[in-house]
Amino acid sequence: MLIAILTGFVFAILLFFGGKNIVSGKLALLPALIPLSLFIYFVRFIKDISNNEIVHKTYEWIPSLGINLSFTLDGLSLLFSLMITGIGTLVFAYTSAYLKGNNYLDRFYGYLAVFMAAMLGLVLSDNLISLFVFWELTSISSFFLIGFNNTSLASRKSAFTALGITGLGGLLLLAGGLVLGSITGTYDISEMLQHKDLIANSDYYLLVGCLIFGAAFTKSAQFPFHFWLPGAMKAPTPVSTYLHSATMVKAGIYLLFRLSPLMGSTNFWNTTLTIVGLITMVYSAFHCLFRTDMKGVLAYSTISALGILVFLIGLGTQESFLAAGVFIIVHALYKATLFMVTGVVDHQAGTRDITQLSGLRKVMLPVAIAGILAAISNAGIPPSIGFVGKDLIYEGTLHLENSAILLTAFAIITNVLISYAGYVAGVKPFVGKLPEKFEKVKFPHFLLWFPPVLLAVAGFVFGVFPFLLQDSLVKPIVQTTGLNTSEIHLKLWHGFTPVLGLSALTIGSGLLLYFLLKPSKKLEQFIAKFDKLSPKSIIENVVLGFTNFSGFWTSTFQSGYLRNYISIIVLFLISLMGFTLLDGTTYKVDYSSFARITVYEVVILTILVLSIGLIVFAKSRLAAVVSTGIMGYSICLLFVFYSAPDLAMTQFAIDTLTVILFVLVLYKLPKYLNLSDYKMRIRDGILSIAFGGLISILALEVLAQPVNSEISDFYAKNSYLLAHGKNVVNVILVDFRGADTMVEISVLAISAIGVFGLLKLRLKSVERFQK
Amino acid sequence: MKTLILRTASNYLLPILLLFSIFILLRGHYLPGGGFVGGLIASIAFVLHAFANGLKDTKKLLKFHPGFLMPIGLAVSFLAGLLPVIGFDEPFMTGLWMHDTIPVLGALGTAMFFDIGVYIVVQGVTLTIIFTISESA
Repeated sequence: MLIAILTGFVFAILLFFGGKNIVSGKLALLPALIPLSLFIYFVRFIKDISNNEIVHKTYEWIPSLGINLSFTLDGLSLLFSLMITGIGTLVFAYTSAYLKGNNYLDRFYGYLAVFMAAMLGLVLSDNLISLFVFWELTSISSFFLIGFNNTSLASRKSAFTALGITGLGGLLLLAGGLVLGSITGTYDISEMLQHKDLIANSDYYLLVGCLIFGAAFTKSAQFPFHFWLPGAMKAPTPVSTYLHSATMVKAGIYLLFRLSPLMGSTNFWNTTLTIVGLITMVYSAFHCLFRTDMKGVLAYSTISALGILVFLIGLGTQESFLAAGVFIIVHALYKATLFMVTGVVDHQAGTRDITQLSGLRKVMLPVAIAGILAAISNAGIPPSIGFVGKDLIYEGTLHLENSAILLTAFAIITNVLISYAGYVAGVKPFVGKLPEKFEKVKFPHFLLWFPPVLLAVAGFVFGVFPFLLQDSLVKPIVQTTGLNTSEIHLKLWHGFTPVLGLSALTIGSGLLLYFLLKPSKKLEQFIAKFDKLSPKSIIENVVLGFTNFSGFWTSTFQSGYLRNYISIIVLFLISLMGFTLLDGTTYKVDYSSFARITVYEVVILTILVLSIGLIVFAKSRLAAVVSTGIMGYSICLLFVFYSAPDLAMTQFAIDTLTVILFVLVLYKLPKYLNLSDYKMRIRDGILSIAFGGLISILALEVLAQPVNSEISDFYAKNSYLLAHGKNVVNVILVDFRGADTMVEISVLAISAIGVFGLLKLRLKSVERFQK
Repeated sequence: MKTLILRTASNYLLPILLLFSIFILLRGHYLPGGGFVGGLIASIAFVLHAFANGLKDTKKLLKFHPGFLMPIGLAVSFLAGLLPVIGFDEPFMTGLWMHDTIPVLGALGTAMFFDIGVYIVVQGVTLTIIFTISESA
């Protein structure tokens, strides 16, 4: 299973080396084999999963912190894996025709492969920490994909917004995961389930809930964080199809679904989800009415659909989970189709403006069929799977104990509006008269029209034979929530029930709305007036304020003079330490612990003091630098006396290099010296004496404390036994705390690159003017 | 600072100092020393050479930009950490040790390769910084 996840990453790395030749030209279809083979791999599990088996695999990563790469394949993750790889295959194939001849097709496939791998990792992870890692990886790859047209400002801006919002959510997820981990003592979700009571009774339950909600709502574009999704439509259409309708935005839904048995069934959990879902679904469904861009319409209807899912999870009954599970499938099938159809129309006709498009069936019949079929499924007209899905939603809301009528009414309104959105995107461009300017539109490439047709037809096959999904996917999904699944029977025809009436009402009103209301620019302008009140502009203003504040902060404290930085740092330390030391510390000096002063020490101290005096009163830079070198060497000698040879060696080398560096720079500087005046010297003198005094007091106090040598004893005892080394310092560096060293040398390398970049790559002032 | 004495001496000092730095690197596991100090000493050797003969000569001697040492060193350290994962099914950065000892080197383990990586990175970083600054100052 690890291999299945890593394939995408490996492929992306391989593309790095000469990928351009591989994916351009006739072999462009080749990358689609990767999701296809993964799809087949996951299909093989359907049988096991439908027998209520759960596949579990653990690879140790950082066992000492309880962070492992443990993967679980159950009903829920199987459904998502199939969607990711299945729709992924079609999107990969579709891309090869959609972005044909694009110079950066290899990059695009690389990002797409990374995304697919990360998404698979996300839904398969059982460990919350590794889930977080994959979660962030999807955000990052999504950032690159949205900003794929990196020459357009709007695209870059949308990419940043999306990364900002979803990245923030990711951090909330990490925080939530850490709190959950500290409550239960494990990061594995499957193990957490056994400590359900601990979580529910914990003082931090509300906190965890808010953090998890924050993560899920940002990722799944719930109100008021929904606005990044319409912006993300700047991405090429295959990306919108894949990330922003079928898979990534459902990661939040996945998280809520996954954690429902763990944290659900409380008033807080259910009410919050229901209300947020309700607001989102109605709010964005209304927004669909005011859009003229096909992708804009679809974006808002996607947000609305995500709202429905959150709402259903919030209801928390067996029927609502069933409805949510089926609706995930339904939505993925028809929305991916509609997006692909939009992409074809855009690609061939060159516009997505719904007010201009009509009659395109005459030039691209298969696309028209796909669009119309998807719109039918979207509207929930039998015999599509959409009908089954919608019925289940109504059954879920009608059988509630509280406010069933109210919630059902909201569900109906949303569904009517969504079905209108479907007609606008899936039917409107293809019916009516073909305008003259579109008569010469060419018939699309096979790979452009076939994937949407396949998906749309699948929606009807599952609609006519719903039992295909029943045991294989739907039951195991509900099973993961821990509820009874024996009474689940997916059927197209339920007989004459109230639900059927509601369905008919929805379909009728949807059609009526479509015939009465034509999308127009006027409506779009009307809604634009309210932009100032939208969460988007509010959050944008907050971000702007934050930037201004940090600009102010930087210009106040970052003067660019190193001496000022040092003064500020020292002053801060003095006030912090001084406050702690003055605040109720009893001073006692343990004279007995002092060793006798030797001649060497006296000599070195004298040298030290003399060199410091020389630094302070030197008349030339070079002399001052050389004196700092003397001071450094004397300190090294002190280290040697106090048996810290490793430290002394390093310090010697560093001091030598520092002096050399100083000399190299100073050698070239003009002779003119701007010495500081007396006032500054007195100020600096007071500051240094205060700091030195504080450090001395601190050192004396530390000496008076009883020594706790547990840690050093551990290292001394185990460095040879565990790490085969006798030099404890070095063993700590390369073995016990090797990961630290690894990060440290990376930081070193980064800082060297920084120095190189600052000095070598700076633009000459002339070049800068030209830019 | 191109004095004849220093120039002549630095030609002999460079190999000796480099050998010394490797000596320091290898003894690190049992006695004071290690990759970090070793790397610093090696860079001092090159810097001394640059002082005596001019930066151009040292660069010619090195044949490639010292910056390339950074990724190489990072890769060596990372692979030393990765080896237990790939070959022995152990967590990342588990120390592996050979049973037999090799003359001169003593016991051979992944920690030593990790340290060699540190040695290379430190050299690359110091030389890159010093060369860049002395070129553009």
